[in-house]
Amino acid sequence: MVEKNRALDAAKFVFAIAVAVGVLAPFAWMFVTSVGSARDLAAAPPRLAPSEWNLDRYRAIFTSASKTDVAYAFRVAMGNSLVVAGAVTLAALVAGGLAAYSFARLEFRGRRPLLLFMLFTYMAPPVVFVIPLYALFEKLGWLNSRAALVLLYSSFVIPFIVWVMRGFFASISRSYEDAAAMDGCTRLQALWHVFLPMARPGFVATGILAFLMSWDEFFMALVFTSNLKAKTISVAIAEFNGKFSIDYGMISAGGVLASLPPVIIALAFQKYIVMGMTSGGVKE
Amino acid sequence: MQRRNSEGAFALAISSPALLIVFGVVLFPLATTLAYSFMNMELISADRGSFAGLRNYAEVLGSEAFWAALGRTAWFTAASTLLETVLGLFIALLLNETFFGVRFLRTIVLIPWAIPTIVNGSLWKWIYNGEYGVMNAIMLKLGLIAEYRSWLSDPFAAMNLVVIADAWKMTPLAAIFFLAALQSVNKATYEAAVVDGAGATRRFFSLTLPYLAPTILIVLLMRTVEKFKAFDIFYMITKGGPANGTKVLMYETYLSAFTNLQYSKAATYSYLFVIIIAGLTALYVRALDKSEAGNG
Repeated sequence: MVEKNRALDAAKFVFAIAVAVGVLAPFAWMFVTSVGSARDLAAAPPRLAPSEWNLDRYRAIFTSASKTDVAYAFRVAMGNSLVVAGAVTLAALVAGGLAAYSFARLEFRGRRPLLLFMLFTYMAPPVVFVIPLYALFEKLGWLNSRAALVLLYSSFVIPFIVWVMRGFFASISRSYEDAAAMDGCTRLQALWHVFLPMARPGFVATGILAFLMSWDEFFMALVFTSNLKAKTISVAIAEFNGKFSIDYGMISAGGVLASLPPVIIALAFQKYIVMGMTSGGVKE
Repeated sequence: MQRRNSEGAFALAISSPALLIVFGVVLFPLATTLAYSFMNMELISADRGSFAGLRNYAEVLGSEAFWAALGRTAWFTAASTLLETVLGLFIALLLNETFFGVRFLRTIVLIPWAIPTIVNGSLWKWIYNGEYGVMNAIMLKLGLIAEYRSWLSDPFAAMNLVVIADAWKMTPLAAIFFLAALQSVNKATYEAAVVDGAGATRRFFSLTLPYLAPTILIVLLMRTVEKFKAFDIFYMITKGGPANGTKVLMYETYLSAFTNLQYSKAATYSYLFVIIIAGLTALYVRALDKSEAGNG
């Protein structure tokens, strides 16, 4: 019995090390690539530690003023991603939160079909929307517009927020509402003073996931943006990656920077993320 | 009755921003794409815009390209979902234990999940690189290969390497789901099982696995829906190649819509997609309802 446990403990230890290495090594490798010299990158076998730390690529991304520069494109695209993801999060939290409340608490005709349609929108493959929208947006002059991206992303982030927040609201006891009504609160006041504070963790959780989903989105950004007015960082990286000779050092530096916001958020708000993911399911 | 009416009006009023945005964006293209799938929309065609009946569907369903893409999508979906679920289960079991460093491990395990899909793609493409890639170097050192190979130029290898890249990013999600379920387990049952002399393997198969079954089902369904729609990672690593070996449904649809400008074909693919996804979603909702009923 004791013998067997020892074997199990050893296996656990080995597995734990393997998981830690497996999780960290690929990302660490991207970082090493981003600071390696051109010679390091062309070494075979690859150098696992750079011969010297070369921060030029990061410096270029933060400072380059030349509009034809990849580094400049990365910086502008990162800004676009930040603006779009931030605006989507805000808009979707407000609109989605209100709708989630009515789906969770109020009786109205078409509630169930509307809710299922929301879920469908969130699950549907984006190609089914994109062909007519492209033609329409072209006519309206909405291509290469951050506002258009915000609108497009909201159309699948709002359903996500409705789906998850509905669960949060439903778990709040009815007696709070009754008490608020007794105190003479209107519905809107009860929503504001009772539900909002109680559902705050839910809003934090879904808000974080909404931001991460928008930051990660690629397909629509690829179709609807072609210049730096609205191009997101994912599109900029993918485009640069498609070039004939790829500068993996630069692409890794861009990759590290593009990963920093979501990774920091994931580490800082892990508790909320787990809560948001496991209540109602998440796709990304 | 009066109260009910005002409740309905209030509900509509506060849901209107969400409904307007979602329906405003979604309804028109949904209907138009459906119409395209029953029309002749090929740009070069003389009778462009004419009604085509079920001809587009017959054409797509009769083409080898569709079934080949469906087969590749099914392989990608099955392989990566299975890999993630099994690995995620083991990782969750590990993270559910108490040992030195487990809190650190629980924290960092989410890192791959947080990395943007496109960055994940470029990261693995670099690892797989035939000349300077670290995978070749490691495998050579371990004696698994005699010389460097250009991995992404073999269709089947390329597909499986995309599976690995995708699983690296998404396994944490499965692990987190399973860990959350494991942490709500009733510890007393396990202690009783230990007292009764049930070994670790026995406890896993007769207690843990049945307990996790609903969560496993939900994760499997949820991931299947997502995998079926995979596009970004293929765009980044293989662009559908080599020799169409990684041309999944979504990639094929994207090419017909935006490279070949075959709107009817793309629309038809999209709606075949919708039918598959709707079916899977219905199963998913049912599984969710069941597991909620089970917990409640």
